[in-house]
Amino acid sequence: MRAPLSWIKEYAALPEQVSAREVAERLIAVGLEVESVDEVSVEGPLVVGRVLEIEELTEFKKPIRFCQVDVGDQVRGIICGATNFAVGDLVAAALPGAVLPGGFQISARKTYGHVSDGMLASGRELGINDEYDGILILAEGEVGQDARGVLGLDDAVLDIAVTPDRGYCLSIRGIAREAALAFDVEFSDPAAAVPALEAAGPTQPVDLRAGADRFTTRVLTGVDPSAASPAYMVRRLTQCGMRPVSLAVDITNYVMLELGQPLHAFDADKLTGAIQVRLPHDGETLETLDHVQRTLDPQDVVIADDSGAIALAGVMGGLTTEIDDASTNVVLEAAHFGASRVAATSRRHKLSSEASRRFERGVDDDLALAASNRAAHLFAELAGADIGGLVDIDSREAITGIAFDPQLPTRIVGLDIPEATVTAVLTRIGCNVDGQSVQPPSWRPDLREPIDLVEEVARVVGYDRIPSRGPAMGTGIGLSESDRLLRRLRRRPAELGLVEVLSYPFLGEAELDALGLPADDPRRVAVRLANPLSDEQPLMRTTLLPGLLAVARRNVGRGADSLQVYEYGQVFRDVAEVRAPVADAGTRPEGHVLDAMLSALPRQPEHLAVLVAGAWSRSGWWGTGRDCDWSDAIRLARAVARAVGVHLDVETDAHAPWHPGRCARLTVDGHLAGHAGELHPDVVEAYGLPARAAAVELDLSVLLAAATPVVAAPAVSTFPVAKEDVALVVDRELSAEQLRKALERGGGALLESVRLFDVYEGPQVPDDKKSLAFSLRLRASDRTLTEDDITGVREAALAAAAELGAQLRG
Amino acid sequence: MSAPNKNFDPVTPAALDPANLQAAVDAALSAIAAAEDLPALKQARLEHSSDKSPLALANREIGALPPSAKAAAGKAVGAARGAVNQALKAREAALKVAERERILTSERVDVTLVNDREPVGARHPIHTISEHIADAFVSIGYGVVEGPELESEWFNFDALNIDRDHPARTMQDTFFVGAADSGAVLRTHTSPLQIRTLLTQAPPVYVVCPGRVYRTDELDATHTPVFHQVEGLAVDKGLSMVDLKSTLDWFAATMFGEGIVTRLRPSYFPFTEPSAEVDLECFACRGESVGNPDRPCRTCSSEGWIEWGGCGMVNPRVLRSCGIDPDEYTGFAFGMGIERTLMFRHGITDMRDLVEGDVRFTTAFGMDG
Repeated sequence: MRAPLSWIKEYAALPEQVSAREVAERLIAVGLEVESVDEVSVEGPLVVGRVLEIEELTEFKKPIRFCQVDVGDQVRGIICGATNFAVGDLVAAALPGAVLPGGFQISARKTYGHVSDGMLASGRELGINDEYDGILILAEGEVGQDARGVLGLDDAVLDIAVTPDRGYCLSIRGIAREAALAFDVEFSDPAAAVPALEAAGPTQPVDLRAGADRFTTRVLTGVDPSAASPAYMVRRLTQCGMRPVSLAVDITNYVMLELGQPLHAFDADKLTGAIQVRLPHDGETLETLDHVQRTLDPQDVVIADDSGAIALAGVMGGLTTEIDDASTNVVLEAAHFGASRVAATSRRHKLSSEASRRFERGVDDDLALAASNRAAHLFAELAGADIGGLVDIDSREAITGIAFDPQLPTRIVGLDIPEATVTAVLTRIGCNVDGQSVQPPSWRPDLREPIDLVEEVARVVGYDRIPSRGPAMGTGIGLSESDRLLRRLRRRPAELGLVEVLSYPFLGEAELDALGLPADDPRRVAVRLANPLSDEQPLMRTTLLPGLLAVARRNVGRGADSLQVYEYGQVFRDVAEVRAPVADAGTRPEGHVLDAMLSALPRQPEHLAVLVAGAWSRSGWWGTGRDCDWSDAIRLARAVARAVGVHLDVETDAHAPWHPGRCARLTVDGHLAGHAGELHPDVVEAYGLPARAAAVELDLSVLLAAATPVVAAPAVSTFPVAKEDVALVVDRELSAEQLRKALERGGGALLESVRLFDVYEGPQVPDDKKSLAFSLRLRASDRTLTEDDITGVREAALAAAAELGAQLRG
Repeated sequence: MSAPNKNFDPVTPAALDPANLQAAVDAALSAIAAAEDLPALKQARLEHSSDKSPLALANREIGALPPSAKAAAGKAVGAARGAVNQALKAREAALKVAERERILTSERVDVTLVNDREPVGARHPIHTISEHIADAFVSIGYGVVEGPELESEWFNFDALNIDRDHPARTMQDTFFVGAADSGAVLRTHTSPLQIRTLLTQAPPVYVVCPGRVYRTDELDATHTPVFHQVEGLAVDKGLSMVDLKSTLDWFAATMFGEGIVTRLRPSYFPFTEPSAEVDLECFACRGESVGNPDRPCRTCSSEGWIEWGGCGMVNPRVLRSCGIDPDEYTGFAFGMGIERTLMFRHGITDMRDLVEGDVRFTTAFGMDG
């Protein structure tokens, strides 16, 4: 809401010389969010001029006019590209030496073959509004007079972001009320100042069936359609950011800005029969003033006549009954519509208007008649209208008092606030305080509970009076075990040399296709956003890999030769269609309802993904480096898991988007924890990454569930070690890990460790075989091993290996 | 060599002649002294101290002496051999030291050669600052709570006193999920964690909740549709706005330096009442730039204060939705944008740097920002 300071001062007895900045600061202190103070920003000569002659220059691509303009002391020749003015019009002329907003300096210069001795200004050029199709035509003014006063540029305008609880501040009346409160000065209510009107003459009957608890119509006849809006009205509408349209429309807008009551003017001659306020019929349609044909929802409220719907109640009028430049008879509607109905309609039709913004925040329900009368007076005064009869249907409920403990502000704010202060503050904001019952004023529908009154007391007493001491100390005892374990997992990749990145968790089907996921892959079961930022990414991620791959591609595009990156974050799994019940607020939902709300959501485990590509260790003066490969991915995955004491088992797998022959399935106690290995070359190519790029994706929730936060200490034997090496020839298809496990199992308790130290495939072994060499370390906890012990362990281990077809290499 | 002297003949073999003995010792000592390295010393040892050396020969000739002369000759030969062996040892030690020094000299390197062979990791500053904030609150007894980003509408709106037709519900530019009646949204703030906490934990409750949130803003230098907040919540007996203000001042000082305070401005949030915007005293200029064109401040645009977040006393309607009696308990809550906090703490001017995942950006922050 833009509010000119001069207008505020009409109703609030502010100090004469108060600056706009100070008003803004005081308003902020009582809770109005003043976003900016727009003050005069045109410097130098800006005067009222009269156009004397217009010469149309036709040799240019667009229409150009060379005008003779009387600016008081002389007549100046000025070039202008606009065509919305005629000889005799009063215009705003910026003369050489003037500086317009944005530092735009005006000087005499040659253009289009003439010397242009100034500029005729548009609303946008002066920072008044966004109009730039034509120049400003002034309604009044003396030639040569400073145009700032005529345009209201000598006035400051406060731009206030009105919070949803303060609908009444979408009016000068409301803002002036707050300004008077902030300065502790007198407020004169403009609504109370509207003279009463006789209810005589023709009337417009109303059949009120739904949606409003107050509905008035006032008939106005003999309106002069050629009457123009007065300069003050045009100026104020413009200052408030509204576009002057016609006198009838301007009056309704002006009264709305002044008092906060949306009004609607119908062309009475286009109405047929009584006005009905009702729910729409099935499939009923309405073309609103913005020329959109709308199919009405059964929950909307419409104003209708015998022809059908003629307005969307509280939101926007219809085209068929619009005031036009021949309208002479008007029906003025002033009503009070329910806030949530209007909000719902506005949302359903994606249509927000000045009226709907006010109704959905709550309009003073005692304002309709005063606003209607105010507008009627203006129609009579400015358009010579005869004021006809009034129909006023009023079914409002009385405002109930709030039972209020005057000690509550002290308890909540923490300052000692005497009861007398509480009563004084509440009275000043318009409440009727009667003992422990407080009746809020009609313009404050947001005041419903004692806590609402506490806030009023607190803001007027002043938040700046609240002192500071030590922080409120909690009762906790530090990070929980799961917090600490999760932090270890999140941090470990960075300790291992990886750089953490973040990406947006949005995903497109094309990205899942690029990963080569089969049609039935669970990662294709994704939640779809109703309003995604981009139609290409309407899904919530089910895997971190596409995001990480895109980040990798961006880094490669910016010149990175090698990459070691990781990301952790939630993925959204197993549910494509969410159906969560929504319970009432105000009481704790029943257990089964809570359960239903929670279980309807997708599973959202935290995943961690790693991508390594290019050099792991670099080449340099020390020699040649080494590229990342599939084994790095598995090594890193296992190192991350070990951060929480989890040992990952590795098995061969074929799983997109990994290379079908270079993918490891990682499990803990048989539960799938993730995959690691080299990426499929198609994926590497699609993302333009260095060859042999490798990746990991882990489900951290699985690791956390298996975590051993307390490590059991090993028994360290001090007896001598015995070392045995064995080379075994096996089928190529057999995994080294299977063979290693067999040796471990066969060797039993005396076998301390088994380590693979060589893999050989070549002429020394048959084509379909390979040789795997292991070193075995044997040790007992209580004695030195004998030769027999050693032989026994070795034979037992080899026997277990033999079950997998392993033969000792000769 | 002379034959064994069994007849006690008074003979003196040439090798035992004192002059000859002395000559052998002199020859040995000069050869040892002349040895310039360990191989040369080895050669000198062979020539002057081995079994075939003149002194070894002299030692054997002692047998040719009459018994009465053996003792004196043995003593003389022993002294001569002792002198030679001692010289050998000393020379060997000296040569070893010299050799070690020579090797060390030859192994000298240029220590300014940079070894950047292995990759160096780093953490994203969004996460390190989140942990930093959490740790600060843990130190005053708060717990840390995280929760799902795809949230039930009841938790994100209704329970927070944002009813279905409330303007706040569209004001926040929500990402809606699936069908219109899905009952789920991408959470628009971390405040649903207040509800999740209060439903599962009986007061007293003191928690901080860092997390990722969503609004339908387009990415530009100051906005991102996916960002992070940290929520604070305390519900206990007797908490008031004084506790809220005190805790915020402590938080500001912890993050931005001793003495930095906050300012509260009345505002509106459905889930708190009274509600306030939290401004942070500008830590860069501490207000000195206000009205002082000679000392403009980029951090606060010479306003002296920076908008930091929102706060208030937990609305009794919210407590009731969680089954908590507002006559018995009061509480306060606050929420700050992490990106915002990070941007002015580290002088980051473009939001895009925080979301694009450029490794050069993250790397600059190292492990702990």
